[in-house]
Amino acid sequence: MSTTATTIERAVPPQAGPRAFVQRLRDGDQVAHIITLVFAAGILLITSLLVYELWVNSHLSRSKFGWLFFWTRTWDPIFDNFGAAPFIYGTLITSVVSLVIAVPLGLAAAVFLAELAPRSLSDSIAFLIDLLAAVPSVIYGLLGIFIVVPLMRTVIGPALKDTLGFLPFFRGPNYGVGFLTAGIVLAIMIVPFIISVSREVLLTVPREQREAALSLGATRWEATWKVVVPWARTGIMGSIFLALARALGETMAVTMVIGNDPKISASLFAPGYTIAAVIANEFTEATGDLYLSALIELGLVLFLMTFILNGLARVLIVATERGGGHS
Amino acid sequence: MKRTLFVAFLLATLAVTAGAQGTVLLNAAGATFPYPIYSKWFDVYHTAHPDVQINYQSIGSGGGIRQLLAGTVDFGASDGPMSDDQLAQAKFKILHFPTVLGAVVPTYNVPGVSGELNFTQKAIAGIYLGTITKWNDPEIANANKGVSLPNADIVVVHRSDGSGTTYIFTDFLAKASDDWKNKVGKGTSVNWPVGLGGKGNEGVTGLVKQTPGSIGYIELIYAVQNNIPYGKVQNAAGKFVKADLVGVTAAAAGSGKEIPDDFRVSITNAPGAASYPVSSFTWLLIPAQIQDAKKRDAIKGFIKWMLNDGQSYNEGLSYAKLPKNVVAKEVKAISLIQ
Repeated sequence: MSTTATTIERAVPPQAGPRAFVQRLRDGDQVAHIITLVFAAGILLITSLLVYELWVNSHLSRSKFGWLFFWTRTWDPIFDNFGAAPFIYGTLITSVVSLVIAVPLGLAAAVFLAELAPRSLSDSIAFLIDLLAAVPSVIYGLLGIFIVVPLMRTVIGPALKDTLGFLPFFRGPNYGVGFLTAGIVLAIMIVPFIISVSREVLLTVPREQREAALSLGATRWEATWKVVVPWARTGIMGSIFLALARALGETMAVTMVIGNDPKISASLFAPGYTIAAVIANEFTEATGDLYLSALIELGLVLFLMTFILNGLARVLIVATERGGGHS
Repeated sequence: MKRTLFVAFLLATLAVTAGAQGTVLLNAAGATFPYPIYSKWFDVYHTAHPDVQINYQSIGSGGGIRQLLAGTVDFGASDGPMSDDQLAQAKFKILHFPTVLGAVVPTYNVPGVSGELNFTQKAIAGIYLGTITKWNDPEIANANKGVSLPNADIVVVHRSDGSGTTYIFTDFLAKASDDWKNKVGKGTSVNWPVGLGGKGNEGVTGLVKQTPGSIGYIELIYAVQNNIPYGKVQNAAGKFVKADLVGVTAAAAGSGKEIPDDFRVSITNAPGAASYPVSSFTWLLIPAQIQDAKKRDAIKGFIKWMLNDGQSYNEGLSYAKLPKNVVAKEVKAISLIQ
């Protein structure tokens, strides 16, 4: 950026007064500057309007429940008692499960496509993966209902109980729907994002880096894992957080397979609920003012969670970059 | 000043053009459950009366009530009657007009059981409260002599989305059990003591079909149209009744004498040996005062038509007809719209 700016300044000597401005308008620089500025400001404006609307319309609920809203486990539209805890928990757990499954899978696939596969094969597979990323979420939900849920009840669930049943995560009745199923379906949904973006990032790593590592006697694996992947670390993290953002906000596919029961359970087999799912389910028929307000506050909470997680992502990226500098 | 004049002129032109064409456009919004019959009615009525066009958006009962209160629609529609609080909040008086009847039926998936099961009111309430947890519980077994019920856990399935179906079902449960009334209550969404949530009738049906030992509740229309087997429910007279359109109309007729003048009545658990206990009206919500004479006449004309000719379309779409005594009472109530 700064280099282009200086070359332009050198090419066009600075002129004072209104003529300079007109000149710059004619060159298109000023126009481009103003247009892009307006668009950038527009995004800020939309975001702040969004927060403002959520804030104002959740007033009733905020003033009645205060901070308790985050801790209360009840969601009772009849007796007007609302708490977000089970929904926050469900949103976090399903997102974490999906990342635990999707990150190793996506990263390994991206490394294969970028480093090991022949370029023509890599490109055609990448095309298919981009197609996967564009499949509407309701399709993934159907896939979940018809394939993952029965599999979970008859194969995956019993197998996990037999092998890892000593852990609290894999105990209790298994209905086929629940946190784990939702996590798996989400993982299937977000893996294409991780593969697609990570592959592109890995492909941008300069050839010299690999060759230098190989010439120092590193094996292909060592060159990939110790040189190429760390080089692309920031971009890979970016892909993961893009995937996380989709997992956090996913509505349709999740509500179809999570069981929609606002409870907090350690077992991943247990049914749960997420913020996006409850808003989609209950908003149309929410009659009471407080009820509506509580649903809107849930939206605010989801916004807040996304905000915090994005912030954490930034911190993490900065931290790893610094770590990379030392090693 | 100029701008006000201009706007006034624009409005006047619009009014004149609309008047010239003579079309009255009515906007309405609300319940999804009666949407198929409403869209049929509005369509048929428009063909017979080209000067009246009704635009209905099935955004849900809650949304319908909100839009009516905000004055953005000419009338609303709801699966549950508006509460006293809501009516008190409204800036204008709102009348309820029952249009059709719906019913909710229990559907289940019990390994080894293929026939119709009988459910006592206590059994259904107990299952949904989580106090009855096994299929061979005496409360279920005693009503189903000769059926070998397994010693299997009951998996409870309910609707996850707010819906009129849930309103009818929980209204019935609140009458069947005091525990339910005090702990859970009735509404389009409630705080379910147990169970999994499925989105829509199709979601509940899907979960029930897939989960051995499960029970769920769905709309009668949905069960009939998709050939989903369902059980009988014990009515207030102690008889086990299988839901059908006749039984639903009977329930409405049975509570006919007690129908209040504002029609805000629940007909779940209605008296009468033939009455199916889990049924309900669905309502149009009409402002009592309509300033625009054309709109007023159009709405009154439509309701009159709906109560007479309109009812003949009901059974083709699996909705139960209004009983005669209710129709007569509603016809009288039309004059309240002014």
